[in-house]
Amino acid sequence: MAIAEPLRRAQSAEAGGFGRTVVYRHEILRHGVYTRLVHWSVAITFVLALLSGFAVFSPWMYKWLSPLFGGGAMARLLHPWFGLAFVVAMVLLAHKWWNDMRWTQNDRNWLRRIREYITNADKAEPDYVGKFNAGQKIWFWTMVVSGVVFLISGLPMWFPEFFGRTSAWIAYFIHDVTALIMLGGFFIHVYESTAAIPGVFHSMTRGTVPEEWAWTHHPAWYRLVTGRDPKADRERANRSET
Amino acid sequence: MFDEKTLQIRAISAHSGSVPGKGVQREVEVCKLMDTTTCIGCKACEVACVEWNDMPFRQTVFDNTYQTMPETEWNFWQLIKFHEVQRQDDGGLAPFQKNQHDGNLMWIFRKDQCMHCSDPGCLRACPADGAIVQYENGIVDFQQENCIGCQLCVSGCPFNIPKFNQTTKKVYKCTLCSDRVGQGLEPACIKSCPTGCLQFGTKQEMKEIAEKRALQLREQSGFKNAGVWDPSSIDGTHVIYVLHDATQPELYGGLPKEPRIPMVYTVWKYLLKPLSLFGVFMGALGIFFHYVSYGPKPTLPEPPRAKETKEDERGNR
Repeated sequence: MAIAEPLRRAQSAEAGGFGRTVVYRHEILRHGVYTRLVHWSVAITFVLALLSGFAVFSPWMYKWLSPLFGGGAMARLLHPWFGLAFVVAMVLLAHKWWNDMRWTQNDRNWLRRIREYITNADKAEPDYVGKFNAGQKIWFWTMVVSGVVFLISGLPMWFPEFFGRTSAWIAYFIHDVTALIMLGGFFIHVYESTAAIPGVFHSMTRGTVPEEWAWTHHPAWYRLVTGRDPKADRERANRSET
Repeated sequence: MFDEKTLQIRAISAHSGSVPGKGVQREVEVCKLMDTTTCIGCKACEVACVEWNDMPFRQTVFDNTYQTMPETEWNFWQLIKFHEVQRQDDGGLAPFQKNQHDGNLMWIFRKDQCMHCSDPGCLRACPADGAIVQYENGIVDFQQENCIGCQLCVSGCPFNIPKFNQTTKKVYKCTLCSDRVGQGLEPACIKSCPTGCLQFGTKQEMKEIAEKRALQLREQSGFKNAGVWDPSSIDGTHVIYVLHDATQPELYGGLPKEPRIPMVYTVWKYLLKPLSLFGVFMGALGIFFHYVSYGPKPTLPEPPRAKETKEDERGNR
Protein backbone atom coordinates (compact mmCIF):
# COMPACT_ATOMS: atom_id res chain seq x y z
CA MET A 1 0.00 0.00 0.00
CA ALA A 2 3.09 2.18 0.01
CA ILE A 3 2.41 3.12 -3.61
CA ALA A 4 -1.34 3.51 -3.28
CA GLU A 5 -1.22 6.38 -0.80
CA PRO A 6 0.73 8.97 -2.86
CA LEU A 7 -1.34 7.94 -5.89
CA ARG A 8 -4.55 8.48 -3.96
CA ARG A 9 -3.31 11.88 -2.87
CA ALA A 10 -2.41 12.75 -6.43
CA GLN A 11 -5.86 11.65 -7.56
CA SER A 12 -7.66 13.62 -4.89
CA ALA A 13 -5.65 16.72 -5.63
CA GLU A 14 -6.14 16.93 -9.39
CA ALA A 15 -5.90 20.71 -9.44
CA GLY A 16 -3.62 21.34 -6.48
CA GLY A 17 -1.36 19.71 -3.96
CA PHE A 18 0.41 17.06 -5.97
CA GLY A 19 1.63 18.41 -9.29
CA ARG A 20 0.08 21.25 -11.18
CA THR A 21 -2.11 21.87 -14.17
CA VAL A 22 -2.24 25.44 -15.42
CA VAL A 23 -5.43 26.24 -17.31
CA TYR A 24 -5.15 29.46 -19.31
CA ARG A 25 -8.06 31.51 -20.61
CA HIS A 26 -9.82 29.81 -23.56
CA GLU A 27 -8.48 26.47 -22.39
CA ILE A 28 -10.20 23.50 -20.75
CA LEU A 29 -8.75 21.01 -18.29
CA ARG A 30 -8.78 17.62 -20.00
CA HIS A 31 -6.45 15.31 -18.08
CA GLY A 32 -5.54 15.87 -14.44
CA VAL A 33 -2.13 15.15 -12.94
CA TYR A 34 -3.11 11.69 -11.71
CA THR A 35 -4.51 10.66 -15.09
CA ARG A 36 -1.41 11.90 -16.87
CA LEU A 37 0.95 10.10 -14.52
CA VAL A 38 -0.98 6.87 -14.81
CA HIS A 39 -1.23 7.18 -18.59
CA TRP A 40 2.52 7.64 -18.93
CA SER A 41 3.18 4.81 -16.51
CA VAL A 42 1.11 2.59 -18.77
CA ALA A 43 2.88 3.97 -21.83
CA ILE A 44 6.42 3.52 -20.50
CA THR A 45 5.89 0.03 -19.13
CA PHE A 46 4.05 -0.90 -22.33
CA VAL A 47 6.93 0.22 -24.54
CA LEU A 48 9.51 -1.53 -22.34
CA ALA A 49 7.48 -4.74 -22.39
CA LEU A 50 6.92 -4.33 -26.11
CA LEU A 51 10.60 -3.91 -26.95
CA SER A 52 11.84 -6.65 -24.63
CA GLY A 53 9.08 -8.93 -25.87
CA PHE A 54 9.66 -8.31 -29.54
CA ALA A 55 13.36 -9.06 -28.96
CA VAL A 56 12.37 -12.70 -28.61
CA PHE A 57 9.35 -12.46 -30.90
CA SER A 58 11.14 -13.25 -34.11
CA PRO A 59 14.62 -14.31 -35.24
CA TRP A 60 14.63 -11.22 -37.43
CA MET A 61 14.33 -8.87 -34.46
CA TYR A 62 16.45 -10.58 -31.80
CA LYS A 63 19.77 -8.95 -32.62
CA TRP A 64 18.16 -5.54 -33.07
CA LEU A 65 16.24 -5.35 -29.83
CA SER A 66 18.00 -7.55 -27.27
CA PRO A 67 21.03 -5.17 -26.93
CA LEU A 68 18.64 -2.47 -25.64
CA PHE A 69 18.30 -4.46 -22.45
CA GLY A 70 21.83 -5.72 -22.09
CA GLY A 71 21.38 -8.94 -24.03
CA GLY A 72 18.78 -11.62 -24.55
CA ALA A 73 19.05 -13.14 -21.07
CA MET A 74 18.45 -9.75 -19.48
CA ALA A 75 15.53 -9.04 -21.82
CA ARG A 76 14.04 -12.39 -20.82
CA LEU A 77 14.58 -11.63 -17.16
CA LEU A 78 13.07 -8.14 -17.32
CA HIS A 79 10.17 -8.73 -19.69
CA PRO A 80 7.80 -10.37 -17.19
CA TRP A 81 8.44 -7.59 -14.68
CA PHE A 82 7.79 -4.90 -17.30
CA GLY A 83 4.63 -6.80 -18.13
CA LEU A 84 3.54 -6.99 -14.52
CA ALA A 85 4.17 -3.25 -14.05
CA PHE A 86 2.14 -2.61 -17.20
CA VAL A 87 -0.77 -4.64 -15.86
CA VAL A 88 -0.70 -2.76 -12.54
CA ALA A 89 -0.62 0.63 -14.28
CA MET A 90 -3.36 -0.50 -16.64
CA VAL A 91 -5.57 -1.47 -13.71
CA LEU A 92 -5.26 2.09 -12.36
CA LEU A 93 -6.01 3.61 -15.75
CA ALA A 94 -8.95 1.28 -16.29
CA HIS A 95 -10.29 2.27 -12.88
CA LYS A 96 -9.93 5.95 -13.77
CA TRP A 97 -11.58 5.76 -17.20
CA TRP A 98 -14.00 2.82 -16.81
CA ASN A 99 -17.14 4.98 -16.82
CA ASP A 100 -15.96 7.44 -19.48
CA MET A 101 -15.30 4.50 -21.78
CA ARG A 102 -18.80 2.92 -21.60
CA TRP A 103 -19.90 1.78 -25.05
CA THR A 104 -23.17 3.39 -26.22
CA GLN A 105 -25.46 3.61 -29.24
CA ASN A 106 -23.62 6.81 -30.19
CA ASP A 107 -20.42 4.83 -30.55
CA ARG A 108 -22.11 2.41 -32.92
CA ASN A 109 -23.28 5.37 -34.98
CA TRP A 110 -19.77 6.83 -34.94
CA LEU A 111 -18.33 3.62 -36.39
CA ARG A 112 -20.72 3.91 -39.37
CA ARG A 113 -18.99 7.10 -40.36
CA ILE A 114 -15.44 5.84 -39.76
CA ARG A 115 -14.57 6.26 -43.43
CA GLU A 116 -15.47 9.95 -43.27
CA TYR A 117 -13.46 10.22 -40.06
CA ILE A 118 -10.37 8.66 -41.60
CA THR A 119 -10.48 10.71 -44.80
CA ASN A 120 -11.17 13.92 -42.87
CA ALA A 121 -14.39 14.34 -44.87
CA ASP A 122 -16.13 15.18 -41.58
CA LYS A 123 -14.55 18.43 -40.51
CA ALA A 124 -15.85 18.25 -36.96
CA GLU A 125 -16.86 15.27 -34.85
CA PRO A 126 -20.62 14.57 -34.59
CA ASP A 127 -22.44 16.47 -31.80
CA TYR A 128 -22.81 13.37 -29.62
CA VAL A 129 -19.07 12.69 -29.23
CA GLY A 130 -18.27 13.04 -25.53
CA LYS A 131 -14.99 12.87 -23.67
CA PHE A 132 -13.81 9.94 -25.79
CA ASN A 133 -14.87 8.90 -29.27
CA ALA A 134 -15.56 5.30 -30.30
CA GLY A 135 -12.05 4.84 -31.69
CA GLN A 136 -10.50 5.79 -28.37
CA LYS A 137 -12.90 3.51 -26.57
CA ILE A 138 -11.99 0.59 -28.79
CA TRP A 139 -8.31 1.15 -28.07
CA PHE A 140 -9.03 1.41 -24.33
CA TRP A 141 -10.97 -1.85 -24.21
CA THR A 142 -8.38 -3.54 -26.41
CA MET A 143 -5.76 -2.53 -23.86
CA VAL A 144 -7.86 -3.74 -20.92
CA VAL A 145 -8.59 -7.12 -22.52
CA SER A 146 -5.00 -7.49 -23.74
CA GLY A 147 -3.67 -6.76 -20.27
CA VAL A 148 -5.72 -9.65 -18.93
CA VAL A 149 -4.77 -11.95 -21.80
CA PHE A 150 -1.09 -11.02 -21.51
CA LEU A 151 -1.13 -11.77 -17.81
CA ILE A 152 -2.91 -15.10 -18.15
CA SER A 153 -0.80 -16.27 -21.09
CA GLY A 154 2.39 -14.86 -19.63
CA LEU A 155 2.35 -16.91 -16.46
CA PRO A 156 2.81 -20.33 -18.12
CA MET A 157 5.85 -18.98 -19.93
CA TRP A 158 7.20 -17.33 -16.80
CA PHE A 159 6.84 -20.51 -14.73
CA PRO A 160 6.79 -23.36 -17.28
CA GLU A 161 7.99 -25.90 -14.73
CA PHE A 162 4.79 -25.24 -12.79
CA PHE A 163 2.28 -24.96 -15.64
CA GLY A 164 3.69 -27.65 -17.90
CA ARG A 165 5.10 -27.93 -21.40
CA THR A 166 1.84 -27.94 -23.32
CA SER A 167 0.43 -24.82 -21.70
CA ALA A 168 3.73 -23.07 -22.49
CA TRP A 169 3.35 -23.36 -26.26
CA ILE A 170 -0.37 -22.59 -26.18
CA ALA A 171 0.42 -19.49 -24.13
CA TYR A 172 3.22 -18.61 -26.56
CA PHE A 173 0.71 -18.51 -29.43
CA ILE A 174 -1.89 -16.46 -27.55
CA HIS A 175 0.78 -14.04 -26.30
CA ASP A 176 2.05 -13.63 -29.88
CA VAL A 177 -1.34 -12.88 -31.40
CA THR A 178 -2.17 -10.40 -28.65
CA ALA A 179 1.20 -8.71 -29.11
CA LEU A 180 0.59 -8.27 -32.84
CA ILE A 181 -2.83 -6.70 -32.24
CA MET A 182 -1.33 -4.43 -29.61
CA LEU A 183 1.54 -3.39 -31.87
CA GLY A 184 -0.86 -2.41 -34.64
CA GLY A 185 -3.09 -0.56 -32.19
CA PHE A 186 -0.08 1.16 -30.66
CA PHE A 187 0.99 2.54 -34.04
CA ILE A 188 -2.52 3.91 -34.63
CA HIS A 189 -2.74 5.36 -31.12
CA VAL A 190 0.62 7.15 -31.37
CA TYR A 191 -0.28 8.56 -34.78
CA GLU A 192 -3.76 9.75 -33.80
CA SER A 193 -2.51 11.38 -30.63
CA THR A 194 0.43 13.22 -32.16
CA ALA A 195 0.57 13.99 -35.87
CA ALA A 196 -3.04 13.29 -36.78
CA ILE A 197 -4.72 15.51 -34.21
CA PRO A 198 -2.66 18.47 -33.03
CA GLY A 199 -3.32 19.26 -29.38
CA VAL A 200 -3.78 15.74 -28.09
CA PHE A 201 -0.19 15.26 -27.02
CA HIS A 202 -0.24 18.52 -25.07
CA SER A 203 -3.42 17.44 -23.33
CA MET A 204 -1.65 14.35 -22.02
CA THR A 205 1.54 16.17 -21.01
CA ARG A 206 0.29 19.49 -19.58
CA GLY A 207 -3.36 18.55 -19.19
CA THR A 208 -5.22 21.23 -21.12
CA VAL A 209 -6.78 21.75 -24.54
CA PRO A 210 -7.90 24.94 -26.33
CA GLU A 211 -11.64 25.49 -26.45
CA GLU A 212 -11.54 25.27 -30.25
CA TRP A 213 -10.01 21.82 -29.95
CA ALA A 214 -12.75 20.68 -27.61
CA TRP A 215 -15.70 21.87 -29.72
CA THR A 216 -14.12 20.37 -32.82
CA HIS A 217 -13.20 16.94 -31.53
CA HIS A 218 -15.42 16.36 -28.49
CA PRO A 219 -18.51 18.58 -28.81
CA ALA A 220 -20.66 16.81 -26.20
CA TRP A 221 -17.81 16.95 -23.71
CA TYR A 222 -17.41 20.69 -24.47
CA ARG A 223 -21.09 21.20 -23.74
CA LEU A 224 -20.76 19.23 -20.51
CA VAL A 225 -17.77 21.09 -19.06
CA THR A 226 -18.53 24.63 -20.30
CA GLY A 227 -22.32 24.52 -20.42
CA ARG A 228 -22.23 26.24 -23.79
CA ASP A 229 -23.32 25.08 -27.24
CA PRO A 230 -20.31 23.83 -29.24
CA LYS A 231 -21.90 24.51 -32.63
CA ALA A 232 -22.94 28.05 -31.80
CA ASP A 233 -19.51 28.86 -30.35
CA ARG A 234 -17.83 27.36 -33.36
CA GLU A 235 -19.90 29.43 -35.78
CA ARG A 236 -19.34 32.59 -33.78
CA ALA A 237 -15.59 31.98 -33.91
CA ASN A 238 -15.85 31.31 -37.61
CA ARG A 239 -17.64 34.63 -38.25
CA SER A 240 -15.17 36.63 -36.19
CA GLU A 241 -12.29 35.14 -38.10
CA THR A 242 -13.55 36.00 -41.59
CA MET B 1 37.20 -41.97 -38.06
CA PHE B 2 36.24 -38.31 -37.67
CA ASP B 3 38.11 -35.07 -37.58
CA GLU B 4 37.19 -31.55 -36.62
CA LYS B 5 35.23 -30.82 -39.73
CA THR B 6 32.42 -32.90 -38.26
CA LEU B 7 31.45 -29.83 -36.27
CA GLN B 8 30.41 -27.77 -39.27
CA ILE B 9 27.12 -26.08 -38.47
CA ARG B 10 23.94 -26.86 -40.39
CA ALA B 11 21.32 -24.85 -38.48
CA ILE B 12 21.34 -22.11 -35.84
CA SER B 13 18.40 -21.22 -33.62
CA ALA B 14 16.70 -17.85 -34.17
CA HIS B 15 19.33 -16.88 -36.70
CA SER B 16 18.57 -14.38 -39.43
CA GLY B 17 20.78 -14.64 -42.45
CA SER B 18 23.01 -17.38 -43.72
CA VAL B 19 24.45 -20.22 -41.68
CA PRO B 20 28.25 -20.07 -41.80
CA GLY B 21 29.86 -23.29 -42.88
CA LYS B 22 26.71 -24.83 -44.24
CA GLY B 23 27.41 -27.18 -47.09
CA VAL B 24 31.04 -26.17 -47.65
CA GLN B 25 32.35 -29.62 -46.84
CA ARG B 26 31.10 -33.13 -47.37
CA GLU B 27 29.77 -34.49 -44.14
CA VAL B 28 28.63 -37.82 -42.78
CA GLU B 29 25.71 -38.01 -40.41
CA VAL B 30 26.50 -39.76 -37.17
CA CYS B 31 24.12 -41.93 -35.24
CA LYS B 32 23.80 -43.72 -31.96
CA LEU B 33 22.10 -47.10 -32.11
CA MET B 34 20.52 -48.61 -29.03
CA ASP B 35 19.40 -52.20 -29.26
CA THR B 36 16.79 -52.57 -26.51
CA THR B 37 16.88 -56.34 -26.97
CA THR B 38 20.44 -56.70 -25.75
CA CYS B 39 20.50 -54.06 -23.03
CA ILE B 40 20.93 -55.59 -19.55
CA GLY B 41 20.08 -52.43 -17.61
CA CYS B 42 23.52 -52.08 -16.01
CA LYS B 43 23.45 -48.26 -16.23
CA ALA B 44 27.14 -48.03 -17.08
CA CYS B 45 26.17 -45.47 -19.74
CA GLU B 46 24.50 -43.30 -17.10
CA VAL B 47 27.67 -43.26 -15.05
CA ALA B 48 29.97 -42.75 -18.03
CA CYS B 49 27.93 -39.73 -19.07
CA VAL B 50 28.09 -38.09 -15.65
CA GLU B 51 31.81 -38.89 -15.47
CA TRP B 52 32.82 -37.63 -18.88
CA ASN B 53 30.80 -34.43 -18.61
CA ASP B 54 32.06 -33.78 -15.05
CA MET B 55 28.54 -33.20 -13.85
CA PRO B 56 27.85 -32.73 -10.15
CA PHE B 57 26.26 -35.81 -8.62
CA ARG B 58 22.58 -35.69 -7.98
CA GLN B 59 20.44 -37.72 -5.64
CA THR B 60 18.61 -40.66 -7.12
CA VAL B 61 14.86 -41.01 -6.73
CA PHE B 62 13.49 -44.36 -5.73
CA ASP B 63 9.97 -45.09 -6.99
CA ASN B 64 9.74 -48.86 -6.67
CA THR B 65 11.61 -49.56 -9.89
CA TYR B 66 15.24 -50.01 -10.75
CA GLN B 67 15.17 -46.71 -12.60
CA THR B 68 17.63 -44.12 -11.27
CA MET B 69 15.10 -41.28 -11.36
CA PRO B 70 11.75 -40.56 -13.09
CA GLU B 71 13.17 -38.53 -15.98
CA THR B 72 16.40 -37.00 -17.27
CA GLU B 73 17.67 -33.94 -15.47
CA TRP B 74 19.89 -30.97 -16.28
CA ASN B 75 22.88 -32.87 -14.88
CA PHE B 76 21.70 -36.38 -15.76
CA TRP B 77 21.40 -36.81 -19.50
CA GLN B 78 21.21 -40.57 -19.99
CA LEU B 79 18.52 -42.53 -18.21
CA ILE B 80 17.75 -46.21 -18.58
CA LYS B 81 13.98 -46.55 -18.35
CA PHE B 82 12.75 -49.83 -16.87
CA HIS B 83 9.40 -51.23 -17.98
CA GLU B 84 7.49 -54.43 -17.55
CA VAL B 85 5.54 -55.78 -20.50
CA GLN B 86 3.97 -59.04 -21.47
CA ARG B 87 4.98 -61.09 -24.45
CA GLN B 88 2.00 -62.30 -26.40
CA ASP B 89 1.75 -65.76 -27.92
CA ASP B 90 1.83 -64.26 -31.40
CA GLY B 91 5.18 -62.56 -30.70
CA GLY B 92 3.92 -59.03 -30.07
CA LEU B 93 4.10 -57.10 -26.81
CA ALA B 94 1.29 -55.93 -24.54
CA PRO B 95 1.19 -53.75 -21.45
CA PHE B 96 1.83 -55.68 -18.27
CA GLN B 97 -1.28 -56.29 -16.20
CA LYS B 98 -1.13 -57.48 -12.64
CA ASN B 99 -2.76 -60.86 -11.92
CA GLN B 100 -3.40 -61.44 -15.60
CA HIS B 101 0.02 -62.35 -16.87
CA ASP B 102 0.63 -65.83 -18.09
CA GLY B 103 4.26 -66.08 -17.19
CA ASN B 104 5.60 -64.28 -20.23
CA LEU B 105 6.74 -61.23 -18.33
CA MET B 106 9.42 -59.21 -20.06
CA TRP B 107 11.57 -56.59 -18.43
CA ILE B 108 12.63 -54.08 -21.05
CA PHE B 109 15.16 -51.30 -20.88
CA ARG B 110 15.41 -48.21 -23.03
CA LYS B 111 18.00 -45.52 -22.71
CA ASP B 112 16.15 -42.21 -22.72
CA GLN B 113 18.09 -39.18 -23.90
CA CYS B 114 18.14 -36.47 -26.53
CA MET B 115 17.27 -38.02 -29.91
CA HIS B 116 19.18 -35.41 -31.92
CA CYS B 117 16.27 -34.98 -34.33
CA SER B 118 16.91 -34.03 -37.92
CA ASP B 119 14.13 -31.46 -37.46
CA PRO B 120 14.70 -30.40 -33.84
CA GLY B 121 11.70 -28.91 -32.06
CA CYS B 122 13.96 -27.26 -29.48
CA LEU B 123 15.91 -25.43 -32.15
CA ARG B 124 12.72 -24.32 -33.88
CA ALA B 125 11.22 -23.04 -30.63
CA CYS B 126 14.36 -21.24 -29.43
CA PRO B 127 14.16 -17.42 -29.76
CA ALA B 128 17.84 -16.75 -28.94
CA ASP B 129 20.30 -16.47 -31.79
CA GLY B 130 22.87 -19.26 -31.55
CA ALA B 131 21.63 -20.82 -28.33
CA ILE B 132 20.97 -24.11 -30.13
CA VAL B 133 22.95 -25.32 -33.10
CA GLN B 134 22.70 -28.37 -35.27
CA TYR B 135 25.93 -29.66 -36.75
CA GLU B 136 26.16 -31.06 -40.24
CA ASN B 137 26.76 -34.45 -38.63
CA GLY B 138 23.30 -34.30 -37.05
CA ILE B 139 24.23 -33.49 -33.45
CA VAL B 140 21.97 -30.90 -31.83
CA ASP B 141 23.93 -28.94 -29.25
CA PHE B 142 22.97 -26.27 -26.72
CA GLN B 143 25.31 -23.29 -26.45
CA GLN B 144 24.66 -22.14 -22.91
CA GLU B 145 26.50 -18.84 -23.35
CA ASN B 146 23.79 -17.77 -25.81
CA CYS B 147 20.87 -19.28 -23.88
CA ILE B 148 18.49 -16.73 -22.37
CA GLY B 149 16.71 -19.20 -20.10
CA CYS B 150 13.23 -18.79 -21.58
CA GLN B 151 12.62 -22.57 -21.66
CA LEU B 152 10.67 -22.50 -24.91
CA CYS B 153 12.87 -25.39 -26.09
CA VAL B 154 11.36 -27.43 -23.26
CA SER B 155 7.90 -27.00 -24.75
CA GLY B 156 9.14 -27.53 -28.33
CA CYS B 157 10.78 -30.90 -27.66
CA PRO B 158 8.57 -33.92 -28.45
CA PHE B 159 10.52 -36.02 -25.90
CA ASN B 160 10.69 -33.75 -22.82
CA ILE B 161 14.48 -33.76 -22.81
CA PRO B 162 15.86 -30.22 -22.25
CA LYS B 163 16.00 -29.45 -18.53
CA PHE B 164 16.33 -26.09 -16.83
CA ASN B 165 18.86 -25.27 -14.16
CA GLN B 166 17.31 -22.80 -11.72
CA THR B 167 20.69 -21.52 -10.56
CA THR B 168 22.36 -20.81 -13.88
CA LYS B 169 19.05 -20.05 -15.69
CA LYS B 170 20.22 -22.17 -18.61
CA VAL B 171 18.93 -25.33 -20.24
CA TYR B 172 21.01 -28.49 -20.60
CA LYS B 173 20.78 -31.83 -22.36
CA CYS B 174 22.82 -34.61 -23.98
CA THR B 175 25.44 -33.27 -26.40
CA LEU B 176 26.01 -36.67 -28.02
CA CYS B 177 29.50 -35.93 -26.74
CA SER B 178 30.05 -33.41 -29.51
CA ASP B 179 33.39 -32.62 -27.87
CA ARG B 180 34.52 -36.24 -28.24
CA VAL B 181 32.91 -36.77 -31.65
CA GLY B 182 34.62 -33.60 -32.91
CA GLN B 183 37.93 -35.23 -32.02
CA GLY B 184 37.12 -38.53 -33.67
CA LEU B 185 36.05 -40.35 -30.53
CA GLU B 186 32.81 -42.15 -29.82
CA PRO B 187 30.44 -40.82 -27.13
CA ALA B 188 31.23 -41.80 -23.54
CA CYS B 189 28.11 -43.95 -23.14
CA ILE B 190 29.06 -46.06 -26.16
CA LYS B 191 32.52 -46.66 -24.74
CA SER B 192 31.07 -47.93 -21.48
CA CYS B 193 28.49 -50.35 -22.83
CA PRO B 194 29.44 -53.93 -21.90
CA THR B 195 27.00 -55.77 -24.18
CA GLY B 196 27.43 -53.77 -27.34
CA CYS B 197 23.78 -52.79 -27.31
CA LEU B 198 25.05 -49.23 -27.84
CA GLN B 199 26.84 -48.59 -31.10
CA PHE B 200 28.00 -45.45 -32.83
CA GLY B 201 28.85 -44.72 -36.45
CA THR B 202 27.39 -43.17 -39.54
CA LYS B 203 23.63 -43.01 -39.79
CA GLN B 204 23.66 -45.27 -42.83
CA GLU B 205 25.84 -47.86 -41.14
CA MET B 206 23.76 -47.87 -37.94
CA LYS B 207 20.55 -48.12 -39.92
CA GLU B 208 21.88 -51.19 -41.73
CA ILE B 209 22.99 -52.88 -38.51
CA ALA B 210 19.65 -52.06 -36.88
CA GLU B 211 17.60 -53.41 -39.76
CA LYS B 212 19.67 -56.58 -39.84
CA ARG B 213 19.11 -57.09 -36.12
CA ALA B 214 15.38 -56.45 -36.47
CA LEU B 215 15.20 -59.02 -39.24
CA GLN B 216 17.02 -61.51 -37.02
CA LEU B 217 14.53 -60.85 -34.19
CA ARG B 218 11.60 -61.36 -36.52
CA GLU B 219 12.91 -64.49 -38.15
CA GLN B 220 14.78 -66.24 -35.36
CA SER B 221 13.36 -64.96 -32.06
CA GLY B 222 9.69 -64.81 -32.91
CA PHE B 223 9.26 -61.09 -32.33
CA LYS B 224 7.07 -60.62 -35.39
CA ASN B 225 6.81 -56.84 -34.90
CA ALA B 226 10.50 -56.23 -34.26
CA GLY B 227 11.76 -53.14 -36.05
CA VAL B 228 13.73 -49.95 -36.02
CA TRP B 229 12.52 -46.70 -34.47
CA ASP B 230 13.66 -43.74 -36.58
CA PRO B 231 10.54 -41.57 -36.82
CA SER B 232 9.95 -39.90 -40.17
CA SER B 233 7.60 -37.32 -38.64
CA ILE B 234 10.71 -35.34 -37.61
CA ASP B 235 12.81 -36.45 -40.59
CA GLY B 236 14.48 -39.16 -38.56
CA THR B 237 16.71 -38.97 -35.52
CA HIS B 238 20.38 -39.46 -34.77
CA VAL B 239 19.59 -41.83 -31.95
CA ILE B 240 17.74 -44.88 -33.21
CA TYR B 241 16.37 -47.96 -31.45
CA VAL B 242 15.88 -51.60 -32.23
CA LEU B 243 12.59 -52.53 -30.54
CA HIS B 244 11.04 -55.97 -29.93
CA ASP B 245 7.76 -54.41 -31.02
CA ALA B 246 8.20 -51.36 -33.20
CA THR B 247 4.43 -50.99 -33.58
CA GLN B 248 4.14 -50.04 -29.91
CA PRO B 249 7.06 -47.78 -28.97
CA GLU B 250 4.82 -46.28 -26.25
CA LEU B 251 5.46 -49.42 -24.19
CA TYR B 252 9.10 -48.37 -23.88
CA GLY B 253 8.46 -45.60 -21.40
CA GLY B 254 6.28 -43.39 -23.55
CA LEU B 255 8.44 -43.30 -26.68
CA PRO B 256 6.14 -41.60 -29.21
CA LYS B 257 5.44 -43.43 -32.44
CA GLU B 258 5.10 -40.24 -34.45
CA PRO B 259 6.73 -37.45 -32.46
CA ARG B 260 5.50 -34.02 -33.53
CA ILE B 261 6.73 -30.49 -32.95
CA PRO B 262 3.87 -28.18 -31.86
CA MET B 263 2.57 -26.32 -34.94
CA VAL B 264 3.12 -23.10 -33.03
CA TYR B 265 6.86 -23.59 -33.57
CA THR B 266 6.54 -24.52 -37.24
CA VAL B 267 3.66 -23.09 -39.23
CA TRP B 268 3.02 -20.16 -36.89
CA LYS B 269 6.57 -19.16 -36.01
CA TYR B 270 8.10 -19.54 -39.45
CA LEU B 271 5.21 -18.67 -41.76
CA LEU B 272 2.10 -17.02 -40.33
CA LYS B 273 3.88 -14.96 -37.69
CA PRO B 274 6.40 -13.31 -40.04
CA LEU B 275 3.53 -12.64 -42.46
CA SER B 276 1.43 -11.05 -39.71
CA LEU B 277 4.37 -8.97 -38.53
CA PHE B 278 4.96 -7.83 -42.10
CA GLY B 279 1.28 -6.91 -42.28
CA VAL B 280 1.51 -4.80 -39.13
CA PHE B 281 4.57 -2.97 -40.45
CA MET B 282 2.77 -2.37 -43.73
CA GLY B 283 -0.01 -0.91 -41.60
CA ALA B 284 2.51 1.47 -40.04
CA LEU B 285 3.61 2.49 -43.51
CA GLY B 286 -0.06 2.99 -44.39
CA ILE B 287 -0.41 5.29 -41.39
CA PHE B 288 2.47 7.41 -42.62
CA PHE B 289 0.95 7.53 -46.09
CA HIS B 290 -2.33 8.60 -44.51
CA TYR B 291 -0.58 11.60 -43.05
CA VAL B 292 1.00 12.39 -46.40
CA SER B 293 -2.25 12.12 -48.33
CA TYR B 294 -4.95 13.29 -45.88
CA GLY B 295 -2.98 15.09 -43.21
CA PRO B 296 -4.03 16.11 -39.73
CA LYS B 297 -7.46 17.11 -38.47
CA PRO B 298 -7.29 20.84 -37.84
CA THR B 299 -9.35 22.49 -35.14
CA LEU B 300 -12.26 24.61 -36.34
CA PRO B 301 -12.40 27.31 -37.50
CA GLU B 302 -9.73 26.47 -40.00
CA PRO B 303 -7.46 29.23 -41.26
CA PRO B 304 -8.79 30.70 -44.50
CA ARG B 305 -7.96 28.71 -47.60
CA ALA B 306 -6.28 29.78 -50.81
CA LYS B 307 -8.51 30.05 -53.87
CA GLU B 308 -9.87 26.69 -54.98
CA THR B 309 -7.13 25.15 -57.06
CA LYS B 310 -6.94 21.63 -58.34
CA GLU B 311 -3.54 19.99 -57.99
CA ASP B 312 -3.18 19.05 -61.65
CA GLU B 313 -4.10 22.52 -62.90
CA ARG B 314 -0.97 23.87 -61.31
CA GLY B 315 1.11 21.20 -62.97
CA ASN B 316 2.06 19.82 -59.58
CA ARG B 317 0.46 16.45 -59.66
